[in-house]
Amino acid sequence: MKKKKKLTINREWCKGCGICVAFCPKGVLVLDKEGKACWAHPEKCKNCGLCELRCPDIAMELV
Amino acid sequence: MAVKDYLRERFFPQIWCPGCGHGIVMANMIRAIELNALKKDEVVVVSGIGCSSRMPGYLDFHTLHTLHGRALAFATGVKMSRPELTVIVPMGDGDALAIGGNHLIHAARRNLDLTAIIMNNSIYGMTGGQYSPMTPFAKKATTAPFGTIEHAPDLMELVRGAGATFAARTTTYHAKEMIKIISKAIKHKGFAIVEVMSQCPTYYGRKNKLGNAVDMMKGFKEGTVPIGSKKKANNPDLIERGIFVEEKRPEYSMSYLELIEKYRVETGKVVRR
Repeated sequence: MKKKKKLTINREWCKGCGICVAFCPKGVLVLDKEGKACWAHPEKCKNCGLCELRCPDIAMELV
Repeated sequence: MAVKDYLRERFFPQIWCPGCGHGIVMANMIRAIELNALKKDEVVVVSGIGCSSRMPGYLDFHTLHTLHGRALAFATGVKMSRPELTVIVPMGDGDALAIGGNHLIHAARRNLDLTAIIMNNSIYGMTGGQYSPMTPFAKKATTAPFGTIEHAPDLMELVRGAGATFAARTTTYHAKEMIKIISKAIKHKGFAIVEVMSQCPTYYGRKNKLGNAVDMMKGFKEGTVPIGSKKKANNPDLIERGIFVEEKRPEYSMSYLELIEKYRVETGKVVRR
């Protein structure tokens, strides 16, 4: 069976532009105290990959 | 392979400002290259000077970082000496249309098999936000504090007139469309040009009060329509995106090789390449 992909966030590369947060259709992500992307509702994530496609810093990756 | 496998990770996080669209173009360009099943050794990325032209530094292909505006001239040299390689030329709007405007026209006219990706953020970001040839009329920049009185050309019409055989426009918001279009442009045999409307929140966005990167990308979503959309008839301010030109014409480096071959056969001389 194909393993389900999971979103990983590379906090070292994230610059906190908020693009992934704004365009996530499920509202899965937020910016934390440091201004970087982090999980708010990981259970809602559908692995659509829109954050990965629009992240300018290549900090989002579906692995 | 993942996008990361095509990067020189030691240079990350990259230097572009938070929210800069160039990173989105870079990642999706890599995805388009992967779609075409090209190996790292088969791709050459040539750039000039500017924010956008920092891109080859981050990419693990054959890369060249050359003079301002002359990326297409260097790329022509690469393609003519090694026609089997895929040459991609990421450029900014200032790089491609102001300093390198002439090279752009002649590369299009010759129909040399290059893929030019013009990241149009409507401003010179690296040098401090001066207005560029692509800054729309009445928009502000550091050198146009009351709004520019120059008019931006329609890049698609310009390169169509110059004879490009593939011309398309997309935006950083439309990421999936961008991958498809860049992939087609790479596949195309002949001069392909892709204009990607990109956001510069630091200068263009701030000077024109367009908000942050997210607001600017929403602006691309609302301000553009696919070619032939009925919305365009009601609102002429909307910008069309999609593939504007796609046609076949003899490709320059192949015509050149054929000419050599023809001369060799006719005269019986061996011409060294």
